[in-house]
Amino acid sequence: MASLRKGLSRTRQSFFGRIAQALGATEINDDTWDDVEELLIQADVGVPTTMQLIGQMQGRVRREGITRSDQLIEALKDELRGLLKAPTPLNLSGRVLSVVLVAGVNGSGKTTSIGKMAYRMKLNNRRVMIAAGDTFRAAAIDQLKLWGERADVPVIAGMPNSDPAAVVYDAVSAAHARKMEVLIVDTAGRLHSNFNLMAELVKVRDVLRKVVPDAPHETLLVLDGTTGQNALTQAKKFQEAIDITGVVVTKLDSTAKGGMLFAIQQELDLPIHYIGIGESIYDLVFFNPATFVDSLFENGNEE
Amino acid sequence: MFESLSDRLQNVFDQLSRKGKLTETDVDTALREVRLALLEADVNLKVAKDFIRRVKERAIGVEVQKSLKPSQQVIKIVHEELIDTLGAPGRLNLDGPTPRVIMLVGLQGSGKTTTAAKLALSLRQDGRRPWLVAGDTYRPAAVDQLVTLAKQLNLPYYEEGTEASPPDICERGLQAAKEAGATVVLLDTAGRLQIDDDMMHELQAIRDRTKPADILLVADAMTGQEAVRIADGFNQQVGLTGLILTKVDGDARGGAAISMREVTGVPIKYMGIGEKLDALELFHPDRLASRILGMGDMLTLIERAEQAFDEREAEELQRKLLKNQFTLEDFLKQLQQIKRLGSIGQILDMLPGMGRLRQQVDIDNESAQAQLKKVEAIIYSMTPAERRNPKRLNASRKRRVAAGSGTTVQDINVLLKQFREMQRMMKMVGRGQMPKIPGMFR
Ligand SMILES: Nc1nc2c(ncn2[C@@H]2O[C@H](COP(=O)(O)OP(=O)(O)O)[C@@H](O)[C@H]2O)c(=O)[nH]1
Ligand SMILES: [Mg+2]
Repeated sequence: MASLRKGLSRTRQSFFGRIAQALGATEINDDTWDDVEELLIQADVGVPTTMQLIGQMQGRVRREGITRSDQLIEALKDELRGLLKAPTPLNLSGRVLSVVLVAGVNGSGKTTSIGKMAYRMKLNNRRVMIAAGDTFRAAAIDQLKLWGERADVPVIAGMPNSDPAAVVYDAVSAAHARKMEVLIVDTAGRLHSNFNLMAELVKVRDVLRKVVPDAPHETLLVLDGTTGQNALTQAKKFQEAIDITGVVVTKLDSTAKGGMLFAIQQELDLPIHYIGIGESIYDLVFFNPATFVDSLFENGNEE
Repeated sequence: MFESLSDRLQNVFDQLSRKGKLTETDVDTALREVRLALLEADVNLKVAKDFIRRVKERAIGVEVQKSLKPSQQVIKIVHEELIDTLGAPGRLNLDGPTPRVIMLVGLQGSGKTTTAAKLALSLRQDGRRPWLVAGDTYRPAAVDQLVTLAKQLNLPYYEEGTEASPPDICERGLQAAKEAGATVVLLDTAGRLQIDDDMMHELQAIRDRTKPADILLVADAMTGQEAVRIADGFNQQVGLTGLILTKVDGDARGGAAISMREVTGVPIKYMGIGEKLDALELFHPDRLASRILGMGDMLTLIERAEQAFDEREAEELQRKLLKNQFTLEDFLKQLQQIKRLGSIGQILDMLPGMGRLRQQVDIDNESAQAQLKKVEAIIYSMTPAERRNPKRLNASRKRRVAAGSGTTVQDINVLLKQFREMQRMMKMVGRGQMPKIPGMFR
């Protein structure tokens, strides 16, 4: 095992060494394509998207007469950027009360991201309220209330283990009564493969629909940036259940690259609004396709 | 939906030589498919390459057994190598002077706190005296979360809020637990990135002051290619003794487990398979191997079927049947038990060789699920009294239920008719021999 470990860091060095060399203008050869494949796969881009990209790049290399690896890398970045849409602003104005429903699997970062988003909106002088729709996980309500304090935003909560749909209903009344402009609804983490929990989520969405015209106005899926190929399945299943309108990707301060976003954008055409880059209230930034693509080519780990 | 490796290899070998020894070409062609299957399962690329090399060495020149097709022979070898790679399930290091300290570490949101509670429960069931120590002072309400779980399970715990430093808390928690006669002390720690030096130093401090018998990395089964760096980072800096894979009840292939096992060399000890606090099981390498390869897993299927059907509920139901008190509420419970088995499609996925049937089934399954949902909605829209005694449902009440559940009076009549038939059937069996309850829905 020890030798494998060494082997890994060695291959890692030589791999990044090669990419660095590639950037330094060598001729394109078979190794270059292997490097590109490795780079993409190891960034969690996934096999189908990687194969498709390599096919496209090989076509481009031929058509545009690209011969050097550094040109190839630039063209690849260009191709990758082309797969990502620049984020649109959240659809949260032009009505009395706008509702944001937030969902995702367990531990993906929903509550934290809600705290951060609420803080941002507050800075923009919006009247924001949060509904504690996670009544299941132990102390989830306390966690959200602490975020509410940090962001200086009121949190409406029910009793632990009460019906989330009822909490949400009450929160809407409170939001109206207190003349709020935005209501963000937290929900319990759930695996998309769990039928009953997904049905519960649909019920929460349906309550919102019923009590606020056209609500929810944004339905955000929070994805953990360290997730691999399952992220696409998650996105599809949540999309089927509650019509996701956009994505927040968390934990991109880790060494993970978040490459599954390409497949998600391609297959589901969902805008990525924010990325989470840490645990503090400021650690949420707009998704920027160019920066994101550049980061795929950086060695995030200074080992 | 992934095509299963069995289906894939089948296709490949349809075009290849059939008899005799596996040639290098056979093996290479097959291994290309294996490689793809591993990558789709999130096995790290380097780890997958290494694995493929080992399989190749093992496979070339192997005589294809008479009873097997070449594709099956390759699968057998791949499966065996995978089981070897995943290694034997590890056990906790519980022998030696008590209290034994078990420290849980991992990234943010991987499931450490829940796993700590699950482990404590399982240890108590084995006759040990576990304590929980709340060492996460960073995440808002993490201490409350552990305390809530401990109270739910009626387990002793130690906490100091969030002012003191985690190493101090853990050391004092260990002392308190020791004085109270604990035999195992579980330390919950804050989630952290393996590249966060300060936070990793903190883990080292906790380790040095509590001398854990076990340091377990709690990792999400959905983790992607980074699993190697995460596991390697924690192992290099704090020294792991085992891995726990969480959220295995989802549909991720779980290839990260191979990556982490390979890079650390430490055994996988447990798997978390649900949100309930008893949803923790010992690691089964053969099952995980089948799952990573998408080869179907009869064992899981059988076990799930067993779990979904709760013994106690069954007895209760039989009693009711004999007394002729089977209500719509019980009817609903029965339906939900069937749902707990997973969708029909999921069950098919677990059966080998069913990949090709899948698309067909998806459609039927959808309508079946829709039907189930409808029935659920109808029953939920009734008052408890109506559920117990559907005769109360006169025309106006039916209209109310229809409006409430978004269905029609016709739908309600159909449901009630089915229910009456079932009651009648049950009365009949109730008098004579009882069949096994889950059987009646087949
Ligand atoms: N490093 C890092 N940690 C995050 C980020 N977003 C959330 N987390 C952490 O992930 C864990 C789970 O987050 P939480 O919001 O409770 O997830 P939820 O279960 O989806 O509500 C917590 O420890 C958070 O502090 C992020 O962008 N970076
Ligand atoms: Mg939460």
